[in-house]
Amino acid sequence: MNSIFFTITGVCLIGLGFSAIFKDIHNLHRILALNIFGSGIFLLLVSLAYRGPDKIADPVPHALVLTGIVVAVASTALALTLMVRLTRSTSDINKEEQK
Amino acid sequence: MVEKLIFLFFDVVMCAGLLWLAWRMLTTTDLFMAVVLFISFGLLMSLAWIRLNAPDVALAEASLGSGVTGALFLATLGRMQPLPAFHDFFSQKTNGVVVLLSLMITMTLSWILFSVPDGLDGLRTEALSSLPDSGVSSPVTAVLLNFRGYDTLLELVVLLTAAIGVWALGNELPTPESKPPQFLFIAVRMLIPLIFIVASYLLWIGSSKPGGAFQGGAVLAAAGILWLLAGLKLNRLCKLLYWRILLVIGPIIFSCMALIFLISNKSLLTYPAKSVGSWILLIEAGAFVSITITLIALFMGGKPNNL
Repeated sequence: MNSIFFTITGVCLIGLGFSAIFKDIHNLHRILALNIFGSGIFLLLVSLAYRGPDKIADPVPHALVLTGIVVAVASTALALTLMVRLTRSTSDINKEEQK
Repeated sequence: MVEKLIFLFFDVVMCAGLLWLAWRMLTTTDLFMAVVLFISFGLLMSLAWIRLNAPDVALAEASLGSGVTGALFLATLGRMQPLPAFHDFFSQKTNGVVVLLSLMITMTLSWILFSVPDGLDGLRTEALSSLPDSGVSSPVTAVLLNFRGYDTLLELVVLLTAAIGVWALGNELPTPESKPPQFLFIAVRMLIPLIFIVASYLLWIGSSKPGGAFQGGAVLAAAGILWLLAGLKLNRLCKLLYWRILLVIGPIIFSCMALIFLISNKSLLTYPAKSVGSWILLIEAGAFVSITITLIALFMGGKPNNL
């Protein structure tokens, strides 16, 4: 069955994303890592729903993943806005200290 | 046989490519490059969805996961210039506990996955056998709006919450001062009618084929993002009050339906059997409008000024 490769890739993406989220790297990289983590979970669910090339796959995990993608976009947008506000306020503080 | 081998090769290369892109994305020191890699990662993911017989997910990934999210990341990068110095992936020691936890998660998942017996069918048979009663002929739309309507209702609320959160953080952020190139105006004029047709088609076709409110809404939001990128003002489109109404119209239509059916049928989101198709279309149309407006609001990164 071909979908086994996708399952393994999903598991690897989960591991990679998870280990990067908790590192002290730039927040943008951490938000990217969160998205990779999510993609891994989606890949896992959809590859488990696969029933062969000629058969209709299980629609329930597909619907869950669709919902998940939308929620991921919403949370990414909120996280990015928070990050921009944080960067701006810290750079303002730094400027005032230099004065 | 040869065809099978070619597909096998294709799958292996694609999976390796996905892992490589993810690794490069996290380890590169150039944030712009990381974002571009993220967009290509999303496009490769949508190819993977096609290989896994999930065209609905592929459409959503290409439009939302790669398109709109990519635009959000790029806009964020533009708003953070100049970038302060930061630690890259290799300059930081990895915490042993995190590595241990990550390994544990990976191992446990693999163990669970390989202990799943073959031949299980999940909810596929149930979902496909009740498809004729659902009012639509696309199985994924049937699950999203009929069998598991709660999920979609709450998903719309999550989107609304994100938009409220972004607005609560302050006014719209100024994008870097630069004059948009002339071709963008021409592109906006030519592309927006086309995008509108594609988005409405995706909404309409959702009941029988891959597509639906989320994919259509994301495509239409791309038109709004193009409008903003061309430096055009939104007060030429609508006032803040209308903006607010459009943001909530999807969740409100959906919750009103839920309440009406709760009173008349004694159970939440159980549609009357005869007119189920039209109810689903009405809910999808409301969700389509709200998703479009929410995504544009999220792109602006704050409450719009001068409306």
